[in-house]
Amino acid sequence: MNVHAIRAIYRFEMARTFRTLMQSIAAPVLSTALYFVVFGAAIGARMGRVDGVGYGSFIVPGLIMLSILTESVANASFGIYLPKWSGTIFELLSAPVSYIEVLIGYVGAAATKSVMLGVLILATARVFVPYEILHPVWMVVFLILTALSFSLLGFIIGVWAGSFEQLQVVPLMILTPLTFLGGAFYSISMLPPLWQKITLFNPVVYLISGFRWSFYGTADVNVLASAAATLCFLVLCVALVRWIFRTGYKLKN
Amino acid sequence: MGASAASSPRPAGSAPVVRVAGLRKTYANGLTALHDIELTIERGEIFALLGPNGAGKTTLINIICGIVTPSAGTVLADGYDIVRDYRAARARIGLVPQELHTDTFESVWATVNFSRGLFGRAPDPACCERILRELSLWDRKDEKIMTLSGGMKRRVLIAKALAHEPTILFLDEPTAGVDVELRRDMWQLVRRLRASGVTIILTTHYIEEAEQMADRVGVINKGALIVVEDKALLMRKLGKRQLILHLQQPLAAIPAALAAYPLELADGGNTLVLSFDAHERETGIPALLKRLGELNIDFKDLHSSESSLEEIFVGLVSERA
Repeated sequence: MNVHAIRAIYRFEMARTFRTLMQSIAAPVLSTALYFVVFGAAIGARMGRVDGVGYGSFIVPGLIMLSILTESVANASFGIYLPKWSGTIFELLSAPVSYIEVLIGYVGAAATKSVMLGVLILATARVFVPYEILHPVWMVVFLILTALSFSLLGFIIGVWAGSFEQLQVVPLMILTPLTFLGGAFYSISMLPPLWQKITLFNPVVYLISGFRWSFYGTADVNVLASAAATLCFLVLCVALVRWIFRTGYKLKN
Repeated sequence: MGASAASSPRPAGSAPVVRVAGLRKTYANGLTALHDIELTIERGEIFALLGPNGAGKTTLINIICGIVTPSAGTVLADGYDIVRDYRAARARIGLVPQELHTDTFESVWATVNFSRGLFGRAPDPACCERILRELSLWDRKDEKIMTLSGGMKRRVLIAKALAHEPTILFLDEPTAGVDVELRRDMWQLVRRLRASGVTIILTTHYIEEAEQMADRVGVINKGALIVVEDKALLMRKLGKRQLILHLQQPLAAIPAALAAYPLELADGGNTLVLSFDAHERETGIPALLKRLGELNIDFKDLHSSESSLEEIFVGLVSERA
């Protein structure tokens, strides 16, 4: 195991985050805080309780997931796309590193940033709305698993993308709609029966449901199904990355 | 990034530092960039790889460095197979690419330390400092790379390639676009590196560079290595010498009495040029001079010249065009 390489990649990526604190951390925390102000403190007070929880509190797990998903994908995809775009990828390709080491470095750094962000948003939410965490260990497990899975997805997108526009296509056109329709702002039980069934094909539903369960003990789908779905997604992404490095897809010609 | 993680112990008796056998590269579009390349690079030498644009120089280097996957053939770097023992092989290789690909937003210090770690070496600030001082970059170590000139960026790339203390260094067009002073600095650096035991393989468009520095020269054209030879031997073998006579009176044509000599008229009949093989024992010069005297063809000056490596290179490439 090339530990020095993992450390070098990880530190290099984290340094980029701390160099761009406003963009990497402050902006997502601020935009999520606005959701808490508008939907929690302002509108939430006039809305009924959802699954026995006040609306402002109800949306906390969903909003954290929304940020984690988008930031994990954005951080990891940019991390690997930037050297492709600038041409410095030659150094990574010619280095004595395996794909696992590259993944630990890039995806580890992207996931670390996302978890940091999740914790910051959680702390910020406390200012605006009350919430409790019934299963803190599960909350951490879901947080880390989701950050890792979507950082892996981001890495794949970064390798696949041939332009900055393509880099944005999947997050904007697929992930954001899936997250908004995945129960970030409502319970699946509030939908008509047909839509409740259709929604179950949305993988984000399982993430948000499991994460919300760790807070309030109520879930749209079985918590084990949520954990299994997240793990399956993680394994699928690792397999895809392994294939990318074996074939050199979009990396080597 | 390689395909396997295992690394074998260093094979014994690995005299050539790079051994390329039957190397072929055919791209997905059917273009064959390299045709069954056979090449050995000796330890501690400076090897210059010459060839016109698109000849396959960079493809060859990129395969050895692990950036491009070969279609067939094997490459051993310091005795290690670049696919099977990629970790050991790559740890010994440094690459300075042709293009100025740099981490624009990073500082010089950060990017050099990153390269050292990426190639599996523990942090060593003293080593990185020595490299930066050697390349006159120490005073600018905290500056962002985007603020540096093209020549300084080229130095940063060299510093990155040396950061893990490789024993084989590939320099792909190292002096392209740099000024004369920096070019001479780089030549000195290359010589110092060679003196410290590093094997240097460089590609260049400046034939003067190869002529000045290389121990051996390889000429590649259309994906095939057409010549690999000791530089001095190559120049002796393929080089021509010329005797140039500046005449007192111009000649309209070469007199029939001189038809036996390989002569040409130049400069509107004012110059007579005799070409001869440099290593021929009988050059024919004394006989020619005697014959010119008999024919009352006087000359006011004479001098001789020798083919440069550039002329030999152009001759080799155009011969096979």
